[in-house]
Amino acid sequence: MNTHKLKQKAIDKDFLDEIAHLPGGERIIDCFQCGTCSGSCPTAHVMDHTPRRLFAMVKAGFREDVLNSNTYWYCTSCYICTVRCPRQIKITDVMYALKRIALKERYVRRKNAAGAFYSSFVDIVERDGRSFEPELMVRFMLKTDPTLLLKNAVLGLKLMKHGRLPIRRNRIKARNELRAIIRKAKSESL
Amino acid sequence: MKYTYYPGCSVKATANLYQESIDSVTPLLGIELEELEDWNCCGATAYMSVRELMSFAISARNLALAEKHHRDIVTPCSACYLVLKKTNQYFADYPNLRKKLGQALEAGGLSYSGNTRVRHILNVIVNDVGMEKIAGLVKKKLKGLNVAPYYGCQIVRPHYYGCGADEENIDDPDNPVSMDRLIEATGATCVKYSMKTKCCGSSLMGTEEKQAMKLCMEILADAESNGAHCIVTICPLCQMNLDVYQSKVNRLFGTKFNIPVIYFTQLIGLALDRPAKELGLGRLAVKMTRPMKQILQGA
Repeated sequence: MNTHKLKQKAIDKDFLDEIAHLPGGERIIDCFQCGTCSGSCPTAHVMDHTPRRLFAMVKAGFREDVLNSNTYWYCTSCYICTVRCPRQIKITDVMYALKRIALKERYVRRKNAAGAFYSSFVDIVERDGRSFEPELMVRFMLKTDPTLLLKNAVLGLKLMKHGRLPIRRNRIKARNELRAIIRKAKSESL
Repeated sequence: MKYTYYPGCSVKATANLYQESIDSVTPLLGIELEELEDWNCCGATAYMSVRELMSFAISARNLALAEKHHRDIVTPCSACYLVLKKTNQYFADYPNLRKKLGQALEAGGLSYSGNTRVRHILNVIVNDVGMEKIAGLVKKKLKGLNVAPYYGCQIVRPHYYGCGADEENIDDPDNPVSMDRLIEATGATCVKYSMKTKCCGSSLMGTEEKQAMKLCMEILADAESNGAHCIVTICPLCQMNLDVYQSKVNRLFGTKFNIPVIYFTQLIGLALDRPAKELGLGRLAVKMTRPMKQILQGA
């Protein structure tokens, strides 16, 4: 864990409110810094700030520092923190919210490849209605580091050898209906 | 027992061996799965990271389609299970979200009233079929086989969203035992180890490979040091990470793991004496080891 000093100069007083108004974020104000989340998190050791510390930063209004951290990008959505939180904060959902804000406001740094992965996934699902793993991985690698294509060729061949690599896209019939649902949801976005 | 089946994208692709074993054993267990027509991706963890309402909306389309059949929706994938279940929970808990989801579904000619019950196929097999029936169907007792149950994370975590272990929720979020009981019903020995619900890294394997491989290494090491011949899992992503990446894990950490990672339906299939090919066992990246084969032949 990196314990460097926070860089942000001005406090963002609205940040806590912003998070607390998201579905799942209501109870963030109740965090009493017990650290159960950090102790349970499988990836806390690589985070700039552990989840506990991040919540302190959210409450104190360190919006820039929070969004510039790698913490939420390392969240694997395993939900163990959410299950164990004695204050019933939906921590995983707060991490999702931070990812969304970061993507929207372009806080995504190249080394945090998760953003590229997620948006490739969404593009494919919006087009076909279903995910298509080979295309997802190729798109992601092209977006982040094309040498990954070579580095992962063996893995791809291994899957192909065992008949586990689909060649054809799997599309749903009601793609227009699905898109209408997505469009409507987009216009109503929370 | 008839259910609406929601396979999810993975079992139609890299986890086809899961589907093959499900096709093989469910009729023998008296389970009838009718695939939900024209289902779409649940959104997984990726969609929720980009758009919230849209993510809930595409997930809700499946629940709306399933509601017409008035049966439980059953999925073999932990991520699909969690996402669909969470959609139900949020649909019930947040009136504003419910209203907007209703409007979005309407744009696609659908409506949803929140009545589709979401279940994981492990839950159906453990609770609806039951241990007694399974033990009675076993043709080949897997005596001497040490099996480490790996639940992974998402199958046991909706506990929180469902508020309590009931028919719909699978088990305890920290120390689940339903698959342990299933392993014992096949005559195998259930390996006790501490990593059974520790995350495998899931989709971090795509983006932060080394970190995900570290998590996999710890799971494999714990299972191995407790004497496991194989690991049994219930999630396509866990199986992929622990099986297909196992040789890469070995290269990165200098380990020598050679632990087959199979689906729980493949284990049931072995105990019901189904042929390995029918169960998709030939598709494993880490093949069944000699000790494992000897135990299976001797059984």
